[in-house]
Amino acid sequence: MQIFNVILLGFLVVCAVSVSFSKNLLNSILIYMSYSLIMSIIWILLESPDLAITEAAVGAGVTSVLFFVTLKKIHALQQAPEEEENDEPYQKTE
Amino acid sequence: MSHIRKQNEYEKTPAFYFFRWLGGEKDAFVGNMEMHPQKEYVEEEATIEERMRDRQQAMTEVYDRAHNKELIFFNKLYKALSVIFCIAIAAVLIYAISYLPSVGEAEKPTNNIVSETYIKDGYKDTGAVNVVTAMILSYRGFDTFGETTVLFIATCCVTIMLMVDKDKIRENKDSNDRGFEPRNDAILQTVASLLVPMVFLFGIYSILNGSMSPGGGFSGGAMIGAGMILYVAAFGFDKMERFFNENIFKIVRVVALSCYGCIILYYILTGAYGMECLLPQGEAGEILSGSVTACTIYALYALFRRGGL
Repeated sequence: MQIFNVILLGFLVVCAVSVSFSKNLLNSILIYMSYSLIMSIIWILLESPDLAITEAAVGAGVTSVLFFVTLKKIHALQQAPEEEENDEPYQKTE
Repeated sequence: MSHIRKQNEYEKTPAFYFFRWLGGEKDAFVGNMEMHPQKEYVEEEATIEERMRDRQQAMTEVYDRAHNKELIFFNKLYKALSVIFCIAIAAVLIYAISYLPSVGEAEKPTNNIVSETYIKDGYKDTGAVNVVTAMILSYRGFDTFGETTVLFIATCCVTIMLMVDKDKIRENKDSNDRGFEPRNDAILQTVASLLVPMVFLFGIYSILNGSMSPGGGFSGGAMIGAGMILYVAAFGFDKMERFFNENIFKIVRVVALSCYGCIILYYILTGAYGMECLLPQGEAGEILSGSVTACTIYALYALFRRGGL
């Protein structure tokens, strides 16, 4: 159990550092989501399931969705580099 | 004694001007001030080139970046000092953490009479098996009421900033955000139709069962809100409006919050005078604060997506 704790804390540090170093905003949000998930597992190990439920629902779920929507609104979600030259980055599929 | 003024006398008073301005019949500024709509700033090709040239000139000739020894030294010193500063702060924090008592230690300073009383008398005082719920909704019910009010005010502010007129939403229906997404995504819809009922059920379970097991008003409400977001993302706003629209949102928000305020007031009054409390504690507060949270979370999403519910 001690080893599992140490591994989780190590993941937490790696996630926290790589959020600030990743250049792509989408990647940052995904890493932030995984940070919240690891945090909620740690809350369970610390015997506070109330906080774990809230962290998983709000931190990993709702906050990330709001970040995604904001990024889409300001057109910051870029596609792969070879497709970037198109005038319409978001193609309608109907 | 009051008497009715004549119309032409009344028209000279400040009150008349004020109410006319308030009613929007006549704008005091129109005609009296020069007003032009702001022109959109368009930058010409020549000015951009000129600016780039100026900047280049300033960099090479005025500051002499390549040969200015002071500047180079300052840049290097800045980097070195920032690294040293970060490491020093981290070292101080880690040194401080090493003095903290370890988790679960019996002689921790936080294991004092306060937490002992809460754990011992929690069930007797509040009737909630879950100590966290007893604390949040009964011992510190006033705090939780404040938090719910903060959520309410936050939604109001976001609504003021992001709300778009209803006509505009209807006009731009096709050019809206929704047009840029794959419609009727089979994978998303299948997964959502399986998951959404379970998310709703689990949210309702943890709201109703908050006094017995982990979870409660806020986390259950957040779950229901997340389920609603998933439903909207998969099926669109048209289907969502069949069971949740702006009017229902307004009613739920205002009614739930005011009922919650009344219940908290009742608890405080009965508790302060040592009277017996007739209402079942916990349950009602959980349901009300849960519904406010669920609505708030969904409303934030909807406002961000298209500027209206």
